[in-house]
Amino acid sequence: MPQITMRDALNQALHQEMAHDERVIVLGEDVSGGAGGTSGTREASGGIFGVTKGLLPRFGEGRVLDTPISESAIVGAAAGAALAGLRPVAEIMFADFVGVCMDQIYNQIAKFRYMFGGKSTCPVVIRMAMGAGMNMGPQHSQAIYSLLTAVPGLKVVIPSNAYDAKGLLIQAIRDDDPVIFFEHKALYPRKGEVPEHDYTVPFGEANLVREGEHVTVVALARMVPFAERAIDALAKEGITCDLIDPRTTSPLDEDTIIESVEGTGRLVIVDESPPRCGMASDIAAIVAQQAFHSLKRPIIQVTPPHTPVPFAPALERLYVPGPPRIEAAIRQAMKDE
Amino acid sequence: MTFSVNLGRERLLRAYRQMKLIREFEERLHVEIATGEIPGFTHLYAGQEAIAVGVCEQLSESDYIVSTHRGHGHCIAKGCDVGGMMKEIYGRKDGLCHGKGGSMHIADMTKGMLGANAIVGGGPPIAVGAAIACKLRGNRFVSVAFGGDGSANQGTVFEAMNMAVVLRVPAIFVLENNGYSEHTGAAYAVGSGDLAGRARGFGMPAERVDGADFHAVYDAMGRAMARAKNGEGPSTIEATITRYYGHFEGDPQNYRAKDEVAKLRVTMDCLKRFRARAEADRSVPLADLDSIDLEAAAIIDAAVRGAKAAAPPVESDLYSDVYIQY
Repeated sequence: MPQITMRDALNQALHQEMAHDERVIVLGEDVSGGAGGTSGTREASGGIFGVTKGLLPRFGEGRVLDTPISESAIVGAAAGAALAGLRPVAEIMFADFVGVCMDQIYNQIAKFRYMFGGKSTCPVVIRMAMGAGMNMGPQHSQAIYSLLTAVPGLKVVIPSNAYDAKGLLIQAIRDDDPVIFFEHKALYPRKGEVPEHDYTVPFGEANLVREGEHVTVVALARMVPFAERAIDALAKEGITCDLIDPRTTSPLDEDTIIESVEGTGRLVIVDESPPRCGMASDIAAIVAQQAFHSLKRPIIQVTPPHTPVPFAPALERLYVPGPPRIEAAIRQAMKDE
Repeated sequence: MTFSVNLGRERLLRAYRQMKLIREFEERLHVEIATGEIPGFTHLYAGQEAIAVGVCEQLSESDYIVSTHRGHGHCIAKGCDVGGMMKEIYGRKDGLCHGKGGSMHIADMTKGMLGANAIVGGGPPIAVGAAIACKLRGNRFVSVAFGGDGSANQGTVFEAMNMAVVLRVPAIFVLENNGYSEHTGAAYAVGSGDLAGRARGFGMPAERVDGADFHAVYDAMGRAMARAKNGEGPSTIEATITRYYGHFEGDPQNYRAKDEVAKLRVTMDCLKRFRARAEADRSVPLADLDSIDLEAAAIIDAAVRGAKAAAPPVESDLYSDVYIQY
């Protein structure tokens, strides 16, 4: 099977779904780029991270829409196009820019179906690059998936590898509900085996990345490869872990997490979103409610501190949870009173 | 208000020094970024200097500005310390924001610089708020919102413009139309192509000026200031210009004709324009401009050396300044 990057896997998914279903359109800032430029090159960008490359030359300007810098209008237009029967894939260049278009996401898109009494479908996908690790500072580095997971009516997807990214994006496009699709910037170059044909990865089904007996580790996005490194290092000492990648936070595969904790009795949750009202505390609450008596040790949350994402590399390195912190947390979970 | 014909030699030399300092700052960053030593995402202002300086030379330290992701020029023009700015861009503890903001978030409240902003269209509503404060205090100070042609497509900018008109506050919107919203041309992305016309639609005076002409920008700003100080409310200045570099450093600029920048560096250069005018009207001696050139290069060189030698922040800095008290 070919090894490709997560960037290329996402690009493949978009190409295949646009070819497969003519209702699929793509819109966003610089998704092609070059419009109104002086070079005569129409596709000058292909997306700032290259995810939408080749779509405009292949599918044309009717279906690949370069927009002005207008996030509210991008998301609102995607919503309207979806209500009118298209299947738009909107791109918000950086997840932080959700701040500009929050109304369209959480008052409009998320609520249509419910408040219209089930009479509407809004099959929109909103892709956005997220995450720290590239020194882009407080307004270009946030992991805001907890914020949007909290909104009823939205499905929230956070792939950690190329295979899942492709299958989840195709699922997101085919899904009739609105989907927020987070892509971690630092994972775009991460390679993995990806079949050339189209396939879907279902929502609400976690991936058991590692199987072990001592500790359950739950991790998302970039925290998954970091957790793999920590877990593989500890395996040499005989400490083995289940590593669960939920892949979607809404719906969340609670069963896989509960079953694992019932076996291990120890839980470490690794989450790049802020610690307050975050994914880690949400999962901790679910486990505390459903598997309290299985727990042998307190649940450990590995998260950034309750601060914005700092710019300076010296500080950002401390902000992002890395393999050493995950390893220490697993060791702490193994300590008996 | 002062207009450019009344500017004496010292003020003209000061304006040239500010423009040259910005140019040196940005040209040097372009070189230093290529070495890989500067972290993150940097957007250079080179080419647009006459706008920042033409506007800010009309301001005092008590007037406010709100800037953009392409903010280095505005910071320097408003009096931010270039050494502190350079340290910030290098992510140093002694940077203007202690290394926590970086290139896109430089601010200095003591200079009336309310912050660069990494959200396109994030600044103008903030500038309106500062203008409300000026009006309430009756202090005849003004608040300037810098933005680009890209920001002129954000609803936040329209909301800010309308509110400034409705509240009749001393806000001045400066739209630097450099022809590109990131990788997309303004010719495509700005319906009507007329940013000043949009502002006029909200009920305020708006004019379009040549952004490479310091004198033209300075005079347009003088007219806007006069209105603001007389309680006549907001104005907009659309300054047409180009940027000498990409949207960010590392941008391959495939959307621009290969020779575009080289040509524009000849025809659209505020420093050359300023020199040519000085030569024609003998307003300042060219030898003085030559010595400013050398002086600016030395200042920036010292700033870079200072930033390279400066220490990074330490772990406790990660947790400080989230709140005042918690």
